[in-house]
Amino acid sequence: MTAKLNISKIDMEFPTPKGSFCALKEFDLKIREGEFVSLIGHSGCGKSTVLNVVAGLYQATTGGVILNGKEVDEPGPERAVVFQNHSLLPWLSAYENVALAVDQVFGKRSPNPKSKAEKKEWIEHNLHLVHMDHAMHKRPDEISGGMKQRVGIARALAMQPEILLMDEPFGALDALTRSHMQDSLMEIQAELNNTVIMITHDVDEAVLLSDRIVMMTNGPAATIGEILPVDIDRPRDRIALASDSHYNELRSAVLKFLYEKQRKVEDIGTARPSESDTPAIEPAKEPREVA
Amino acid sequence: METTDSIASSSAPEFDQWAKMKASLVSLMGIVGIPVLGVGLFLVLWSAGADRIDTSLGKFPGPAAVWEQFGALAEEHRTERDKEGAFYERQEKRNADRVAKDPDYVPKIRAYTGKETFLDQIGTSLLTVMSGFFLAAVLAIPLGIAIGLSPALNTAVNPIVQLFKPVSPLAWLPLVTMVVSALYTTPEPAVPKAFINSMVTVTLCCLWPMVINTAFGVSTIPSDLVNVSKVLRLPALAHVRKIVLPAAIPMIFTGMRLSLGIAWMVLIAAEMLAQNPGLGKFVWDEFQNGSSNSLSRIMAAVLVIGFIGFLLDRGMLQIQRYLSWDKSTATR
Repeated sequence: MTAKLNISKIDMEFPTPKGSFCALKEFDLKIREGEFVSLIGHSGCGKSTVLNVVAGLYQATTGGVILNGKEVDEPGPERAVVFQNHSLLPWLSAYENVALAVDQVFGKRSPNPKSKAEKKEWIEHNLHLVHMDHAMHKRPDEISGGMKQRVGIARALAMQPEILLMDEPFGALDALTRSHMQDSLMEIQAELNNTVIMITHDVDEAVLLSDRIVMMTNGPAATIGEILPVDIDRPRDRIALASDSHYNELRSAVLKFLYEKQRKVEDIGTARPSESDTPAIEPAKEPREVA
Repeated sequence: METTDSIASSSAPEFDQWAKMKASLVSLMGIVGIPVLGVGLFLVLWSAGADRIDTSLGKFPGPAAVWEQFGALAEEHRTERDKEGAFYERQEKRNADRVAKDPDYVPKIRAYTGKETFLDQIGTSLLTVMSGFFLAAVLAIPLGIAIGLSPALNTAVNPIVQLFKPVSPLAWLPLVTMVVSALYTTPEPAVPKAFINSMVTVTLCCLWPMVINTAFGVSTIPSDLVNVSKVLRLPALAHVRKIVLPAAIPMIFTGMRLSLGIAWMVLIAAEMLAQNPGLGKFVWDEFQNGSSNSLSRIMAAVLVIGFIGFLLDRGMLQIQRYLSWDKSTATR
């Protein structure tokens, strides 16, 4: 198997006033084309750090990221990011937000420029893909959280990325909207066969969407604990899977990893001392899932 | 049963209308009545207080005396305009006569040099404050963006900004006057030196709030928006134009409103000292003049200054409402 993306032995250290803080140690992962990989782990374990290194927003201290055989060390639209809190520009409409990305990626100076009409069609196509055609001329403050996240996904897809990076894309949404968005994402994934890395706190979401679940150990010096292949046929149906014994086995394997092998001993609500003086890696948030 | 029903249904809308009218009357009283009451009370206190103050120029003017002077100032303006019209008419006639006698004569046109009226002075003051403010905005906004984008530049410039921010216009003015006289030496100046002096003083004083607020707005752009720009690999100029500038617009406007308020306050002081024909000079001239009407004329000018300051702020707010995407910051 030739890897589309090779995250090669990444170490990540952040300088702090009390000396350097090792967030990641020897994180090593190969991802093939069209694969959907979830990163799961407790808060502060460095999931977002991995994503930011792949995105090029952070530089790994040692090791590197190889995409299609070439090292990448700065951000670029071929590794599109869906941010946790949508990150839409509040002064632009949904359409204009996607257009900003499309104009940049398919502009006159890009390797494959699109004409004005083609760009318009492409923007509308991507908004249609996330079912946002009806509200595409609304501003972010006029649409709901789920809709904002849809536009964020449309913007990322419109860059036609090699890899789609999603940082807890549905973490801020209510349960119903979240499952709706997961279904949409599965639909899009089936159609476009994107290569995806998604961070999640949600065990069900990980099992439902992923081809592999990468479970991370607790930081500092976090690394891959176990990798769980999810060998459930697609298309997957959440209702049918709910009573599926294999699905439940996979689910409990993840839960066991999180709550037995990598149990966090700290009290809920008290920040670890090492966490307070590192750059914001993870929002302080406890996993929602309780077995 | 049926009869009571019909009564209820026929009287309900009427009652509704009454309630609505009553409610709108009450809210109208709140919007109009209470401020009118406040102003009325102020006028009563003012005239009662004014009566008790005796100055060397007579009694301190009450509302009635000031109101009278408003009329007098408007009348003076009309008379002055009539005089000006008559002057040009005479000049034209004289020139026409001379040209008729001697066809080779090239008529000279002399400008009217009567004194500025109160209304002319308001016009000059507005022009000066706008020029000074505009110059400050042109300098401050790009500087603020640069400072906001570069922490190193911020560290370098911040002490200077903090040092100059609290300086009074009166301290700047002598320096500005000398520098302008030294550098602005065209034989026939297009704009008078006094105008340049007050304008530059206004600029120096209202530069800082705009620099500080713009820099703050730029440096506090959410990092996610900056990351969007990085992922898209926006070139530096596009980054500023498409991300930084719109994101900082609400703070830029906050700075501009603060600055315009300061500019108007500074201007009056600068005009007094620079003898630039404006409202400040009007106040100063009346003070020096010392007639029995002077105090009421100064008081009239004070009210006009306040009212124009208020209008400038409202005007800025309207522009902000129109241009800024963040309507929540443009409500006060």
